[in-house]
Amino acid sequence: MKFGVVIFPGSNCDQDVIQVLERVSNKPVARLWHKDHDLQSCDFIVLPGGFSYGDYLRSGAIARFSPIMQEVIGHANKGGYVMGICNGFQILTEAGLLPGALLRNTEQKFICRNVHIRPETTDLLPTRRLEKGKAYQVPIAHGEGRFYADADTLQRIKDQDQVMFRYCNSHAAIAPDTNCNGSIESIAGISNEGRNVFGMMPHPERAADPDLGNMDGLLIFESLLEAVPA
Amino acid sequence: MKFTAEIDIMPRPELLDPQGKAVMLGLEHLGLNQVADVRIGKHIRLNLEAENEQAAQEKVEQACKKLLANLIMESYTFELTPA
Repeated sequence: MKFGVVIFPGSNCDQDVIQVLERVSNKPVARLWHKDHDLQSCDFIVLPGGFSYGDYLRSGAIARFSPIMQEVIGHANKGGYVMGICNGFQILTEAGLLPGALLRNTEQKFICRNVHIRPETTDLLPTRRLEKGKAYQVPIAHGEGRFYADADTLQRIKDQDQVMFRYCNSHAAIAPDTNCNGSIESIAGISNEGRNVFGMMPHPERAADPDLGNMDGLLIFESLLEAVPA
Repeated sequence: MKFTAEIDIMPRPELLDPQGKAVMLGLEHLGLNQVADVRIGKHIRLNLEAENEQAAQEKVEQACKKLLANLIMESYTFELTPA
């Protein structure tokens, strides 16, 4: 499995993701510049967090038209793996690779703190090594992370087991005050129907280094290795 | 021909608009209690060239649908005038 991380103007979590992926996979991770058209034969593409194009117009709206996104969309449509974290998630919804949209947080504020999330399924690549019913502490840092989908879309997402994470408390229980940004049904991460494109607002790459005192995010990256065909 | 498009983009009515809510609170503090609702959108002005009005109309539609508005959360209207 070869990982590649796309770097947009304004990405700021690219180095963090690259470091974690190089550590877990023991292989160099490709840096994919947004102006390139070459995915360098990567199997797994990550769109990192940040503020691509200054988040102008809407978060992710302009990055979605970056040259490399044509290739990323083609890769996803062929069944290739793509994962978006934070701004990456916003870009994937703008590109139509994931359903729904990410709106301004209910409280209007940019929220930067540790929250808990729980996996809703272990039948998605990033959650394969996680435990259902367990809370994982992962930081969030976003102003526009309120997941929204219309009623029909939401029903489809749930029926097809595409909800990857929900916000919860440290005991994995969901309460009104655990829904930090007002997301519909506390949804923090989803997949597409094909189960090869993933998006999440929390930052597991910021919770994957012993020096940072929180390793809960590491399991998500280790889960990705389970797809290794060779 | 040169045209100007004045585009308004608004959050869909069924969606909570926290920005509008915050501004409404400000208006109340200003003493304007008669204001019943505030919704905040965007105004975008495009200057463009097209062969005729219909072609200009199509270009603006495409700009709105593909980039300027996200139809999951927003709707758009525009007025086109020859510049």
